[in-house]
Amino acid sequence: MTPSRRDFLKGCGALIVSFSAAPLTQSSANAQGQFATHPGHIDPDKLDSWLAIGSDGTITAYTGKCDFGQGIFTAQTQLIAEELCVPITRVKLIECDTAITPDQGTTSGSQTTPTNFNDENLALAAATAREALMGLAAKQLGEPVERLKLDNGVITSSSGRQVTYADLVGSKHFHLPLNPTAKRRPVAEWTVLGKPVPSLDRVALMTGQFAFLHHLRVPGMLHGRVVRPPEMGATVAHVDEHSVRDVPGLKKVVVRKDFVGVVAETQYQAVLAARQLVVEWNHPGNSGPALPAQNTFFEHLQQQPSHDALSVDSQDLDPQLAAAGSVLRARYTYPYQMHGSVGASCAVADVKPDGATIWSATQSAYPTRSIVAMLLGLPPDSVRVIYTRGSGCYGLNGADAVTFDAALLSQAAGRPVRLQFSRQDEMMWENFGSAMVVEHRAGITGDGRIVAWDRENWVAALGNRPGYDQPGNVISGMLAGYPPEPLEPGQAKPPAGKLRNGSNTVPSYFAGCIAGKCGGGGTIQSERALTHTVCSPFFTGPLRSPLRIQNTFANECFMDELCAHAKADPVAFRMQHLRDSRVIGVLNAAAKAAGWAPRSFPIPAAAQARVATGRGIACVAYEGENGYAALVAEVSVDLESGLVRPVRFVVALDCGPVSNPDGLRNQIEGGLLQGMSRALVEEVTWDDRRITSVDWKTYHSLHLDYEIPAIETVFVTPAGVPATGAGETAITVTPAAIGNAIFDATHVRLRHLPFTPARVKDALVKDARDTAAQLQGAQRSDGLGA
Amino acid sequence: MQQITLQVNRTAHTVEVDPETPLLFVLNDELGLRGPRFGCGMAQCGACTVIMRGQAVRSCVMPVRAVGQAEITTLEGLGTPEKPHPIQQAFIDEGAAQCGFCLSGVILTAKALLDANPQASDQEIRTALGGVLCRCFTHVRMLRAIRTYAEAKKRDSVAS
Repeated sequence: MTPSRRDFLKGCGALIVSFSAAPLTQSSANAQGQFATHPGHIDPDKLDSWLAIGSDGTITAYTGKCDFGQGIFTAQTQLIAEELCVPITRVKLIECDTAITPDQGTTSGSQTTPTNFNDENLALAAATAREALMGLAAKQLGEPVERLKLDNGVITSSSGRQVTYADLVGSKHFHLPLNPTAKRRPVAEWTVLGKPVPSLDRVALMTGQFAFLHHLRVPGMLHGRVVRPPEMGATVAHVDEHSVRDVPGLKKVVVRKDFVGVVAETQYQAVLAARQLVVEWNHPGNSGPALPAQNTFFEHLQQQPSHDALSVDSQDLDPQLAAAGSVLRARYTYPYQMHGSVGASCAVADVKPDGATIWSATQSAYPTRSIVAMLLGLPPDSVRVIYTRGSGCYGLNGADAVTFDAALLSQAAGRPVRLQFSRQDEMMWENFGSAMVVEHRAGITGDGRIVAWDRENWVAALGNRPGYDQPGNVISGMLAGYPPEPLEPGQAKPPAGKLRNGSNTVPSYFAGCIAGKCGGGGTIQSERALTHTVCSPFFTGPLRSPLRIQNTFANECFMDELCAHAKADPVAFRMQHLRDSRVIGVLNAAAKAAGWAPRSFPIPAAAQARVATGRGIACVAYEGENGYAALVAEVSVDLESGLVRPVRFVVALDCGPVSNPDGLRNQIEGGLLQGMSRALVEEVTWDDRRITSVDWKTYHSLHLDYEIPAIETVFVTPAGVPATGAGETAITVTPAAIGNAIFDATHVRLRHLPFTPARVKDALVKDARDTAAQLQGAQRSDGLGA
Repeated sequence: MQQITLQVNRTAHTVEVDPETPLLFVLNDELGLRGPRFGCGMAQCGACTVIMRGQAVRSCVMPVRAVGQAEITTLEGLGTPEKPHPIQQAFIDEGAAQCGFCLSGVILTAKALLDANPQASDQEIRTALGGVLCRCFTHVRMLRAIRTYAEAKKRDSVAS
C-alpha cells in the first residue's frame, strides 16, 4: 500500500514539506498555468505535501508529473536524492494519484522539467527540507550551518560529531511550508542529478516483471469492450440486445446516448459480444459523402470559417514586400498523424454508488478525476484516479477516452470493469495530430537579406484535452452526450503583451516585436504570423511536438528556400538572420560536430548516378524558449524509386542543466527516429465516410527492420540557465532537416509530408520535365534571336 | 468451456476456458503473466510474442486449443530480475527501452532467431524484426543490445 501523508502524521515523527501552509509565492503564482501546479483542488489535510521524511529516515516524495517511458520517474528520484544528499535507493517517489499527490495538471508540453527541476515545486520542496534539517542539525550540534558537512543523510560537525535525518526527525512533527528562498544545490556540486543513472524500471521491464496498467486485476473484475459508430457523426438508432443473448458470460449491454459497450466475464467473451452485437446507426449526410475528399483536403481547409489569431504583425508587409528585390512564395502542407501507441489503451474502473476508484494511464490524473465525476454524477472528491503506466502515449492517445468508457461500463455493470480497446477503437477514434497548411511570402534583397516575411497557417482542430470540464473533447464524452468545445469563428485581435510562441508559429528569424518589445529570435522586422483555426472533421489533440513540428517543418524548409534563392550557405544564412544566442549556439555546435563545410549550392549528383546524397540543417527554439535544437541530416535518395534514406543525424541540444544524460540521449534518439518515421511514412487516411488507416498495415510506421541512420548527440549547456524541456526538441526539427537534405541531394523541394517514394519520384519526374521544358524554351528563344 | 493443460515457463497449468480463446488472454488473465501484452490483436506488432517450438509466435491470434503440448516461453520465463538471461542482460546494459511495452516482441523474436542461427548477419536479424514495432523508436539501443547478444552467441558457437 502507498503510505499516505496522513499515515505519516499519525505515525511517530515526520518532517513534511507542503505548499498550502504558505501563501503562494510570486514564482509559484506565476507558474499556475495549464501545466503547473493547480492550487484549486488542494485539501489542506492531506493533499498539500511534496515530501515527507519519516522518523526512520525514509524519504517519500509526491509528484503530479508521471512517467510514460520518458524517464522522468528516475530523474525526479535523482532530484530528491541530490537535494537531500542521499543515494537514490533512499527515495520513494509516488506519482500522480489524486488521493495523495499534488495536482500538477497534465504531464505534457515538455513542462515537467521546467516545472519541477528549477526553483519551485518539487525541487524547492527538497531544498526546503534540506535547509530545515541542516538548521536542526546546527542547533543540535551547536555549530553554524556553514561548518557542517552533509553526506549520505548524515550531518557531521567540524569536531566530527554526527547526526542523521532520522535522529533529527525523531518523534517530533515538523510541518514546513515551501521556503521560496531555499537554495538548490549548485550544478557544479551535483553527484546524483546530472549523472547517467540507469532508469529504475530497467530490470523489471527486460525480465517481464513490470506491471503495466494492462496487467492490473482487481477482485470481482469484469471485462469490457466498446462498440464504436461506423463513422464520425453516426448516432444510435437501435441496439438489439437479443443479438448477443447466446454469448456466454455476457453481463451487460451498456447504452448511454451514442455510447455502446458490452461487459462480460472474460476478455474473450467481451470481444465476442462486441463483435456480435447488432447496432443500427443513423448515418450523417446520407445523400453524399460525409467527409471532405482527402486529395483536396488542404484546399477545403483553407475555405472554412476560422478563428483567427495574430502572433505578430508589424503592419508594413505590403510596402516592404513591394520594395524588396524579389518575393518568394511557398505553401507547405502537413497531414494528420497518429499517436498510434503500440499497446491498445486500457483502464480499470471500480464505480460504486458513493464513489469510484479509477486506474488510468492518462497524462492528466486530476483533470480526469473531474471529468469522470461529471460523467458519473459523483462529487469529484469521491473519485480517486490512480495513474498506472500504460503503453507510451506521446500525447493525448486513447488513455483518456478509455478511462471515461471504463467508468461508464463499471457504473452500469455495478462491478469493477477492465476495458481494453481494439486496435481499430484506438486508431479510428484517437485525437490525431492536426493537419496544417502554411503559406509563406518573403521579400529578399539583391544581396541576400530577408527584409519581410508574411506567414499564414490553417490548423485543423476538433476537441482537445478534456481538461477539468470538457468530456466531449474526446470521442467517449461526445458519444455520451457532451459536445466538443465549439470553435468560434472570429477575426484576429492585434497582438498584445509578450510575444507568445508556444506553437512555434513564429519562425526563429522574426524580430517578434509587439509594441516596441521584441521577443523573437531574429532580425526580420517586417513580419506577420496569422493563424486560422478551422473545424476538423476528426478529433485532434496534442501529439509529441503538437503544432510545433508542423510549423517548424514549414518555417525551416522555407528558410532553406530563401537561402537557396540568395545562393548562400544554409548555416551562415541562418546566422545572418538570428539574434537568439541559444539558437546560434546549437546551430554552431551541430554544424561543427557534423563537419559542415560551407557551400552555397547543392553538389550536383554525378551524371547517370542512381543515388544522390545530400545534407540539410534545421533549428528551433522549442515553444520559443523551452529547449533549443539544431539537426544536420544526411540522406541518400534513390532517383529511380524515390526512396529516401537518412544515413546520419547530428543533433545539438541546449536544454540547460541535464538531469540524466543517458535518459536524455534515449529520448533524443527516439525523438529523431519518431520524427523520421513521421517525415517518411506516417499519414492518416480516409475515404468518403471514415478513417481507413486503422491498423499497422494501413497506418505506416517504421518497424525494427528499418536500417537506421548513425546518430550523434551533442549537449550545449550555457552557464547559469534554468532547466528546460528536452524530449520534444529533436523531433521538432527532423522533418525539416530531412526535407532540406532531399533538396540538397536532388535540387527538388518537397513541401508535403510524408516523403513517400511515390511522392518523391513524382516530384523528381516533374522537376525533370520542367527543366527540359525550360531548356527547350531557352533553345527556341536562342533560335529566334539568331 | 474446456479443461486445457499448458506447459508455460517449465510449469504445467490447467485452465478451464473456451478453447477458441486467444493464447494471450489465457497467459494474461488465467496465468497472470506480464510478459506478453495486447498490442493489436492482429499479429501486426509483436507485443504479444512468446516462444513456442523454438519459434517466435504471436499469441494474440493463436487459439489456446492449438497449443497442445508445446512448451511456451514468455519474457518472464527467460530469466529473473536476480539472474536475467544474457539477452535480457544485454538490454539492461544498453537501457534499451522507453515505455517497454513492445519488449516481448523485440527480445523474443531476436532470441528465437539467434538460437536457431547463431551466425545470423545484421541483415538477417533486421529481417526477422520486420514485424516488430516500437513506437518509442528505441531502435538504436535495441539493435545494439541484440548485436551484443549475437556476438556472444557467435563466440559460444565457435567455442563449442
